[in-house]
Amino acid sequence: MSDAARPSQPLMACQECDLLQRIPALPVGGRARCARCGFLLAARPRDPLELPLVLTLTALIVFIVANAMPLMDLAAVGRYSSTTILGGARQMWLDGERITAMIVVFCAVIAPALYLLLMLAVLIAARRPPLPHWSGELLRWGLHMQPWAMYDVMLLGILVALIKIAQLATVDPGIGLFAMGLLAVLLPAIAVTFDAREVWKRVAWKHGDDLAAAAFADEDHLERGR
Amino acid sequence: MSGAVVTGAQAGLVSCETCKLLTRPVHPEHAGHCPRCGATLEVRRVQSLQRTWALIIAAAICYIPANLLPVMVSNTFATSDAETIMGGVVYLYTSGSWPLALIVLVASVMVPLGKLLALGYLLVSVQRGTARGHHERARLFRIVVFIGRWSMLDVFVATFTVALVQLQPLMSVLPGAGVLFFAAVVVLTMLAAETFDPRLLWDSATNMEKHDG
Ligand SMILES: [Zn+2]
Ligand SMILES: [Zn+2]
Repeated sequence: MSDAARPSQPLMACQECDLLQRIPALPVGGRARCARCGFLLAARPRDPLELPLVLTLTALIVFIVANAMPLMDLAAVGRYSSTTILGGARQMWLDGERITAMIVVFCAVIAPALYLLLMLAVLIAARRPPLPHWSGELLRWGLHMQPWAMYDVMLLGILVALIKIAQLATVDPGIGLFAMGLLAVLLPAIAVTFDAREVWKRVAWKHGDDLAAAAFADEDHLERGR
Repeated sequence: MSGAVVTGAQAGLVSCETCKLLTRPVHPEHAGHCPRCGATLEVRRVQSLQRTWALIIAAAICYIPANLLPVMVSNTFATSDAETIMGGVVYLYTSGSWPLALIVLVASVMVPLGKLLALGYLLVSVQRGTARGHHERARLFRIVVFIGRWSMLDVFVATFTVALVQLQPLMSVLPGAGVLFFAAVVVLTMLAAETFDPRLLWDSATNMEKHDG
């Protein structure tokens, strides 16, 4: 039996095509792709818990700066205005576009804040295994928030807005904009350096260990059955 | 092993979509919750086809006012100028920044339409049980998931233009009714991509190989 097929490696089903396969032990930096559809099944980053923790803490500080400082200033014929992320949503709300304002707040503030705070809680809990089972629940919600945190898209949107307005007035980028640029890099960096498998390995099961034993016994049964 | 393709569903196993744990539920139709992370277990996402259809039909309906209604209205002393998404693209193009015009055209007009067509095609192919081009369709689905967020671009353009250009009474920009429909298209198509179960694309491949073997 080859190394890749040893039952000690957990059996898993591809998320995209449901093919059953075993993931071999990966070297650092290694990746495992589905044998049928090519989906990325697992990757092993160098430092799967500590580095994302550092990046998450950094991102939280940058997040506060991005929300507190003006994104840009505008000056035209002696008049002056500036805006923050929330200021942008607030103006939408005041102009009657309340649902759009809520969508912007969700993508710009709530989703990234939840993502960062939930990741922080999980990564801190991961320092002392076994993790309580609620940390699994938190990670689940955190991962759901990920695609809705849209700093990369927002940055491009602001760039387009700046270029449009620049024809009419003088626009200066503010500190908030640079902070947002940093977040657009930090958020994907957290996702790439983090290995959720390391958390799932350490988490205490929600419904006890007897069920866990049953699940793995089934796996062995399947292996023998073939 | 014979080399035959065995899927989780064939083996009576359910994979947790969150933590990837494989379990063997007693009743595959009511698989319950993942014993490790507590996520709802489903052999295939429940009512994936119906829900995805509902979401993309709703998105397709919103796509029309999103493109016809103005997203921004600029007011100066004398004039009031409503701008649709295509109007914004033309404005960027004529004012000399054609790369940005292209980005907005792709992100705001072509990507949402392409997503609707692509998801519609994937749904039809699953319902017909198309047994060819699995790899191509899987790739198409990944592209839809990857580019989905980028069509939010014009919502942010409108938001920050409106927030910044508030120089009353000299000049101000108000959001138009189109921006809501536009945001709705993006949110609905993102949700549609989340409710669509890509494993359905491969079920026809699994069945075919089973018959061959
Ligand atoms: Zn696969
Ligand atoms: Zn789970």
